[in-house]
Amino acid sequence: MLYFEDFPQGRSLPLAPKLVTADEMVEFAAEFDPQPMHLDEAAGKASILGGLSASGWHTASMFMRMMFDGWLSSSSSEGSPGIEFMEWKKPVLAGDTLSGRSTVLESRPLRSRPGIGIVKFLHEVENQRGEIVMRGENPIMMRLRDAREDAA
Amino acid sequence: MRLIELSPPGKKIITGTLLFTAEDIVLYAKKFDPQPFHVDAEAAKNYVFGALCASGWHTCAGWMKTYVAYWKAEVARLESEGITAPKLGPSAGFKRLQWLKPVYAGDSITYSVALTESRPLTSRPGTWINMTVCDGVNQHGDVVMRYVGTVLEFA
Repeated sequence: MLYFEDFPQGRSLPLAPKLVTADEMVEFAAEFDPQPMHLDEAAGKASILGGLSASGWHTASMFMRMMFDGWLSSSSSEGSPGIEFMEWKKPVLAGDTLSGRSTVLESRPLRSRPGIGIVKFLHEVENQRGEIVMRGENPIMMRLRDAREDAA
Repeated sequence: MRLIELSPPGKKIITGTLLFTAEDIVLYAKKFDPQPFHVDAEAAKNYVFGALCASGWHTCAGWMKTYVAYWKAEVARLESEGITAPKLGPSAGFKRLQWLKPVYAGDSITYSVALTESRPLTSRPGTWINMTVCDGVNQHGDVVMRYVGTVLEFA
């Protein structure tokens, strides 16, 4: 189990790789972002994105799962208050394989909530050509190792 | 017409309301964010949020769902009046996304968008970048989500 103390500045943790299928893209888009370039290959090709492409919110959602499978599931995460910024740098196209990493930028215990600390990460998601498709920074609340008896 | 003509800066437009059922919360979370407090009501009691609540990304996707529905209706309305709707393109990202309060099972979130600024892109003539403030408010009037969005617009 990874606690607050296990996230020193500079530590890099891998995101789990993810193959993006056309079916998953269309399923997500049909529910949350039904714009033509996210639903249809021909419409995607005709758009600035260049092909059937994932909704940015789908890429963000896939990133979340890649982080969960990569390292978050074995951490003491208590969730997050938000995202400082997130950039959709390049389209995510059907058949892309995404991977990436979360890197610790800084961390501090929370004075307002004893036993909890905030760890700020830079997240980078790249495609199979090593191009960054999405990047962002976000703080995540982590339980402190020393506080685990109190929390139990 | 330009977006800024349709939507004066600062004017808040309600895009729609979405009910977050426990089933919806768990369905989304099992696919994308299976942390205990998003998939298991019993386990959620032992975490900071205290009860089953939606993944923050689910709350964001809900904003997009209401926005796309709103925008499609708005484009149809303008076209029926013989007006060319603003040509909006993709978004380059967002800033200062805050999940201010948990979205619990049974909450109804009313989403909105307000244009704040529109400026031409010097690198791409005939293209503007529009900045927006996007909110989600629950049935008690509490803001649960807020971010600064961007969307491209073409001449």
